[in-house]
Amino acid sequence: MDGMNPDVKAERKALIEEVLSAYPEKTAKKRARHLNVYDEGKPDCGVKSNIKSAPGVMTIRGCAYAGSKGVVFGPLKDMVHISHGPVGCGQYSWSQRRNYYTGTTGVDTFVTMQVTSDFQERDIVFGGDKKLEKVIDEIHEMFPLNKGVSIQSECPIGLIGDDIEAVAKKKAKEHGKMVVPVRCEGFRGVSQSLGHHIANDAVRDWMLGKGKSKDFETTPYDVVVIGDYNIGGDAWASRILLEDMGLRVIGLWSGDATLAEIERGNKGKLNLIHCYRSMNYICRHMEEQFNIPWMEYNFFGPTQIARSLRAIAEKFDDKIKAGAERVIAKYQPMAEAVLARYKPRLEGKKAMLYVGGLRPRHVADAYGDLGIDIIGTGYEFAHSDDYQRTAHYIKDATLVYDDVTDYELEKFIDKMRPDLVGSGIKEKYSTQKMGVPFRQLHSWDYSGPYHGYDGFAIFARDMDMAINSPIWALNKAPWKAA
Amino acid sequence: MALRQIAFYGKGGIGKSTTSQNTLAALVEMGQKILIVGCDPKADSTRLILNTKLQDTVLALAAAKGSVEDLELDDVMKIGYKGIKCTEAGGPEPGVGCAGRGVITAINFLEENGAYEDVDYVSYDVLGDVVCGGFAMPIRENKAQEIYIVMSGEMMALYAANNIAKGILKYAHSGGVRLGGLICNERQTDRELELAEALAKRLGCKMIHFVPRDNIVQHAELRRQTVIQYAPDCQQADEYRQLAQKIHDNCGKGVIPTPITMEELEEMLLEFGIMKSDEQALAELEAKTKKGAA
Repeated sequence: MDGMNPDVKAERKALIEEVLSAYPEKTAKKRARHLNVYDEGKPDCGVKSNIKSAPGVMTIRGCAYAGSKGVVFGPLKDMVHISHGPVGCGQYSWSQRRNYYTGTTGVDTFVTMQVTSDFQERDIVFGGDKKLEKVIDEIHEMFPLNKGVSIQSECPIGLIGDDIEAVAKKKAKEHGKMVVPVRCEGFRGVSQSLGHHIANDAVRDWMLGKGKSKDFETTPYDVVVIGDYNIGGDAWASRILLEDMGLRVIGLWSGDATLAEIERGNKGKLNLIHCYRSMNYICRHMEEQFNIPWMEYNFFGPTQIARSLRAIAEKFDDKIKAGAERVIAKYQPMAEAVLARYKPRLEGKKAMLYVGGLRPRHVADAYGDLGIDIIGTGYEFAHSDDYQRTAHYIKDATLVYDDVTDYELEKFIDKMRPDLVGSGIKEKYSTQKMGVPFRQLHSWDYSGPYHGYDGFAIFARDMDMAINSPIWALNKAPWKAA
Repeated sequence: MALRQIAFYGKGGIGKSTTSQNTLAALVEMGQKILIVGCDPKADSTRLILNTKLQDTVLALAAAKGSVEDLELDDVMKIGYKGIKCTEAGGPEPGVGCAGRGVITAINFLEENGAYEDVDYVSYDVLGDVVCGGFAMPIRENKAQEIYIVMSGEMMALYAANNIAKGILKYAHSGGVRLGGLICNERQTDRELELAEALAKRLGCKMIHFVPRDNIVQHAELRRQTVIQYAPDCQQADEYRQLAQKIHDNCGKGVIPTPITMEELEEMLLEFGIMKSDEQALAELEAKTKKGAA
């Protein structure tokens, strides 16, 4: 690939300088380390990451509780997850992620329910362990088909030193069910990222290999899909590809997952990790402890899907390799039909992304398949290993912004005028008001799935719908001559 | 007279509660209207005034009723010796919850419900160490204007006094709290009065009063009474009356303390022979071993 026009690079570097110039000196210096224009061939994106956000700026980041309850534990469907502490954390994050699942809500599955211990002043002063016991007893009584409970700590739990581990052990024994304490107090760490790690550790220490998993009968084709949270049905669109090629998915972590799938997570032959950022920890643990290899894959867009299916098949025998080819051949006409329809409408468009810990790189080639160029991308809570992985995906002169502030992103969008921005609900309306098409890349904007071949068809349609909507032609300033 | 808010701080076990209750009993004799706010989960700041075992605390009652909003002032305020109004914040049992938050909750409740109206003095009796923000509540803005540190000639009491002075200094500029002075509760250590006066000088404050040790205090305490009530004519009762008068006259005369560094404090202790230098201690040890060997 040819390097980008040097003028473009210089222009974008100047844009970074312009944006930084609004800050006080100290903040400008801090933020400068998180912004860069990518030079092709470099092993990473040249930005610092996983650092505390600068005081006074608007950051999009979440907290450790969001990382554990919202991301890792929330989708686990047959357990009840208690937002332990004052009511707000659970209430205002209620159902914000579109983790699809099958089951009867309130009977055998509980994902979209908000359960909280609703701390009052007296629980802070006198400690909340007794209340927690009562909450667990009530859950046991009200939802007898629940498979267990997780305790998602909000900030005060850590401050007042409640002994939730003791409560968990006591109640697990009493009810004969899984009770997992998670120390994901929101003040810990710099973003939701630490919450993912804490949740992974809780899975490792309290759940993995427990229950009836010892008796689980395995086959040579067992895989566990890790870090797919089934947003809008993503995990289902992924699972059918793996099953079509002859593999057996014995666990989907944690989209549409059951406790049993988590417990037998160490029974697979290979761990397939989708969201590396949020669940690489448990993969590394299983590699060290149980000798289970793991690999990353990418099911966004036909190019990456075919590449990933073949790479996965490489780890198995000829039967699976043939299976992968069969699956690719089966879906190829469909992918081509999608491209034939949408690529001419999208070719040459430019997009900017700002998402969480995976999609800022993983979707790049899906856009590429449609002829859309990514001109800017960045993560809320990535670490340096994520930015290293990103270097493989992005082109020369791509603007990279880590933990971008509200102000910076708005400025970048305004100056670069992309044809599409893919980010979250907090960015959506301000971007659209600037006259720039937008799609939510956390929740898929009430649409999806976007994973797999089936998902790609929907992805292509949605991007076209946003970019080529006739609404933008009507967007004329009243003070300008018609 | 404007409302005066004072607080007693000091090392745990130094006799804060005993000193404060005796002093307040003397103040009430002088015609002052007093409210006591006990800020210690042990809830022993009012027993000598109420002549009872322990008072029901704000937080215990709040927990029983559901929340602090369900309480009335009358539920938590008891009237003791010569009309002294008594309240105890209370708190959790040791090892659970957050006692500091309890103090904040209780003080806010008392203020909002008018406990501070129609009194001349509010006196806070706070537990030994200012371990967190909650126990610093009484020295924050619009609370105690003068802090009286109860201390003795013992090394740890002096450390504690200096640390409390640091706490006062921290809030002195934002909230206007001042150090009223030191009250030395005699422990009969060497050169105790001199040492107390020297520390007061270093902290830039007054040595308010030296309270001599007298067993009659214990006799009174066993009967859950102050000396003022138990033996109003004894010498010790007069000591507390003098202390009360001095505090009463000290209105608006508090200072911003000048706490000293650990090194300075240790130097002072060496000077007074309370602490030994490493050389001294080694020499003594050597002499002892030689003696043992011989």
